[in-house]
Amino acid sequence: MNNTDQTTPLLEVRNLSKHFGAVRALNDFSMTVRPGEVVALAGDNGAGKTTLIKAISGVFQPTGGEILLRGQPVAFATPQEAREKGIETIYQDLALADNLSIGANIFLGREPMRKAFGFLPVLDRKAMAEAARETMKRLDFHVSRLNAPVSNFSGGQRQAVAIGRAVYWDAQILIMDEPTAALGVPEQRKVISLIHQLKAQGRGVIFISHNLQDIFAVSDRIVVLRRGVQAGERKISETNHDEVVKLMVGG
Amino acid sequence: MTSTSPANPAEQHVAPQADHGDPAKGLIARIAEGRAWLFLAGLLVCFEIWSRLAFGATFVLNPFNLQSIAIFAVAPLLLATGQTFVIISGGIDLSLGFIMGLAAVIAAHATNMAGAAIPLPLAMLAGILAAVIVAGVPGIINGLLISRLKVPPFIGTLGMFGVARGAAFLLAGGTTVPVQNSWFALLGNGKFYGIPYLVLITAVFVIVMHYLLSQTRFGQHNYAIGANVQAARRSGIDIKGHILRLYVLSAMCAGLGGALYAARFTAGAAQAGEPLLLDSVAAVVIGGASLFGGSGTILGTVAGALVIAVIQYGLVFVNVEPFWQFMAVGVVIIISVLIDQAQRRFSGGRQDE
Repeated sequence: MNNTDQTTPLLEVRNLSKHFGAVRALNDFSMTVRPGEVVALAGDNGAGKTTLIKAISGVFQPTGGEILLRGQPVAFATPQEAREKGIETIYQDLALADNLSIGANIFLGREPMRKAFGFLPVLDRKAMAEAARETMKRLDFHVSRLNAPVSNFSGGQRQAVAIGRAVYWDAQILIMDEPTAALGVPEQRKVISLIHQLKAQGRGVIFISHNLQDIFAVSDRIVVLRRGVQAGERKISETNHDEVVKLMVGG
Repeated sequence: MTSTSPANPAEQHVAPQADHGDPAKGLIARIAEGRAWLFLAGLLVCFEIWSRLAFGATFVLNPFNLQSIAIFAVAPLLLATGQTFVIISGGIDLSLGFIMGLAAVIAAHATNMAGAAIPLPLAMLAGILAAVIVAGVPGIINGLLISRLKVPPFIGTLGMFGVARGAAFLLAGGTTVPVQNSWFALLGNGKFYGIPYLVLITAVFVIVMHYLLSQTRFGQHNYAIGANVQAARRSGIDIKGHILRLYVLSAMCAGLGGALYAARFTAGAAQAGEPLLLDSVAAVVIGGASLFGGSGTILGTVAGALVIAVIQYGLVFVNVEPFWQFMAVGVVIIISVLIDQAQRRFSGGRQDE
């Protein structure tokens, strides 16, 4: 993994701060994500992980510091802007419309249209289903019932749909907030293997988890936050559970 | 565990889980989806048997009965199409009944006033147009209250229910407003090859609304908002704009309902839609929509409205005291919701966590 150190980072966060009044939720924080790299973000509750990802994904405007995308400074007024630049956040609650198909979820808000009878604009469900099949195949995920609402699928499959949407719209950086939290063990392993797929496709992943086993199974580096500041950064190959826990609790 | 090789993701592979392609579940889901049409078929069979036994005459094959049922269904169905959109989005519109009354009064006044200045057919069109446009005003207010000021739909539209009611009675001077326009009367009572104009207009309108709900982005976003408004917002859907358009749309459906009411009775009455509001909600629910939002179809609502019309007309036809209608419709609503619940449990749909 050392050779990636030379490439331009996909995402670079420099001295980022976010203050809410007197509360310094995030203070002078820096990190980088390179192509094909999975960076785990760890920290106790209230350590500033959520503030950080919200600042990166355009939900919050940072108080200070800068965000660089492939070396270019960027500022996002809204999450939509961040998404257009290729930063996709996959939230815990998945942000799927349960009653719609995989394709409809992938295209939600930007549905393709076609002309029926040569004049009447209608939703192009075939194109949506086709794109859904293709995308899920790229994630090595095979679903046969493309018209079924996603509520019929399991937690891991739904997670895959959320990731699939990001992949379809060519997100280069995926921020995943506790993607394995609500899942059973086999499903967790499936999500871990999805993250490996993303990595193999050269995307950058910021992976937030409480589960150290998952972090060690999938990440290249781990960045630990404590009370809004960076408490440490380690290569996964050069650290262990105990050290990470110590960084998290400040022991 | 410390250095799981990322170079070998295949090791991590878990076979994708089997699809939930259980055919039995599919069947139950399909029955639940089409339950309104099954109800309708069952009712027609019951009334047919009843009619033959009691009078030795056919019920279903009598064109007069079919016309009457269709005419019966027109007004509740027009309210229910708008209500379908609103309920799918997770809201409810309680003001539709009196918006319809307001529109009926406006249609009568506008047709009369325009009739003094322009030819009768144009005056009729002007009256209908005025009714639909004026109906949009309470719709705009509903939409703004709900989308910008975060008033719950139940309360916002309940308030508008009162406002529209008062406005309609004030404009009507507390009485009904007769229409002097032969074209308007013809529209309300004429037939085209045995099919009343009112039914034709409603059918065309319902098809357009079906298209809007099932084939356009507006319809698709409506389902998404009903299922998960957060997801819809994160997908970049303009929720506020959508909600505003939604309530204007449902109010305008009621506006058309009011105009057609005025045509049918050649008079506008403020209380035109009073008993129809709950019928419209019932039609939507019988048609398969969930009051929690996210599901429902226009075709289901059509069946739901027909079920109510068949019960109402059929029970009169077989000479049962009219009060049984209320009980019958009530029982159908409850059974319909029970089927919906059962289907949700069986189809393995996640309950809300």
